[in-house]
Amino acid sequence: MNNKSLVSIDDISTEEMVSILDLAKEFEKDPGQNLLGNKVIATLFFEPSTRTRLSFESAISRLGGKIVGFTDASSSSVTKGESLYDTIRTVNNYSDLIVMRHPIEGSARLASEISDVPIVNAGDGANQHPTQTMLDLYSIRKTQGSLDNLNIFLVGDLKYGRTVHSLLMAMSRWNTTFNFISPEELKMPVEYKLYLDKLGLKYYEHSDFSDIINEADIIYMTRVQKERFSDPMEYEKVKNVYVLRNSMLSNTKENMRVLHPLPRVNEIHTDVDANKKSYYFEQALNGVFTRQAILTRLLGLK
Amino acid sequence: MKETKKQLSVSAIENGTVIDHIPASNLFNVIQILGLDKIDNLITFGTNLESKKLGRKAIIKLAGIYFEDDDINRIALVAPEAKLNIIKDYEVVEKSIVKVPDNIAGIAKCVNPKCITNFEDVKTKFKVVSKKNVALKCHYCEKITDQEHLVIV
Ligand SMILES: [Zn+2]
Repeated sequence: MNNKSLVSIDDISTEEMVSILDLAKEFEKDPGQNLLGNKVIATLFFEPSTRTRLSFESAISRLGGKIVGFTDASSSSVTKGESLYDTIRTVNNYSDLIVMRHPIEGSARLASEISDVPIVNAGDGANQHPTQTMLDLYSIRKTQGSLDNLNIFLVGDLKYGRTVHSLLMAMSRWNTTFNFISPEELKMPVEYKLYLDKLGLKYYEHSDFSDIINEADIIYMTRVQKERFSDPMEYEKVKNVYVLRNSMLSNTKENMRVLHPLPRVNEIHTDVDANKKSYYFEQALNGVFTRQAILTRLLGLK
Repeated sequence: MKETKKQLSVSAIENGTVIDHIPASNLFNVIQILGLDKIDNLITFGTNLESKKLGRKAIIKLAGIYFEDDDINRIALVAPEAKLNIIKDYEVVEKSIVKVPDNIAGIAKCVNPKCITNFEDVKTKFKVVSKKNVALKCHYCEKITDQEHLVIV
């Protein structure tokens, strides 16, 4: 990892990734170890993200750590025009590690160069959110037994979806086959397809759900947001096309699991929740173990 | 007649460096990148000279100045075809061409309006991911700035 910080998923070697996943498994067995008993962790949320913040704070609290920070920039000195440089220089005096979320892309990388203590990027705009990717990998490995040779379906907003891009980049290390299901306007960008071409990995593009999902090991759902469409009529046309319903899952594989980074709006019908193939709430819980693994690893405690 | 005029338009130097084949439109970028506006040496500029390759080219003659490779290669972004002549005693003793470096610090602006380098007082850093049609990957936001969107800071 770069300078003992976690900024971008591309910074982590495959070996390190696997090692963190193994460590997360230990935390799943025993999440309440008092490893952060004398540590102070700063959680700096320059933009609100309740789920991510609660997951980090739960991970820290269960390990006995203390938390300082702010939950959105309006309650901090940032609104008074303080530079990121000054904020980081100040907060790194008060804490042993900084978790930060910021709307500006590249802010976490810059912070990691300023700070004496490790930085964990909890999302920098549309760029990176590596702990989300790690918890996705953990969930996939846990449900499938291995990360090798899987068929992964990515559904919804594949153009702007930071989560699916990072997941694609990470999973491409394990001979994955990809299927992309998205509206025309939100297709997977060509740079990612070229990347898969270069690696010789197979991918298929679809504009709609069909029986093809019966081949899936993982269906990874994302939100299709209205504001992404230049023409609102286009959104009206497709808004119900990318909704997953329980009836569609009857012929899917036994081992298949449905993942979603949450929060969902309507793209997974609530009738899927009772199906044992739904996994998104467990996936969120896995975020706590994965973040415990990342925090303790960066602090050199594990 | 025309040839003679062109040769006369930029006078010869005794010792130093001649940078030739600079696209005329990027002469001032080259001056800025090399910081030529801040040095006291005798410098002669010629611009809008005819060039088969570039249409209109510029030339810079610097008396008493020799560049390290790392320094001169910084101009490759705006003058990828530039040629260097090292002059000693009015003679060309060495010729070389600029090479696009693997990494770029400063010089260019990141094209991404949401990049931290466009908000915070921080020097840009890029990895050169393509040298032919120059493409720069931002060290911070990880977005690509291509030749077409290249802006010199
Ligand atoms: Zn950038």
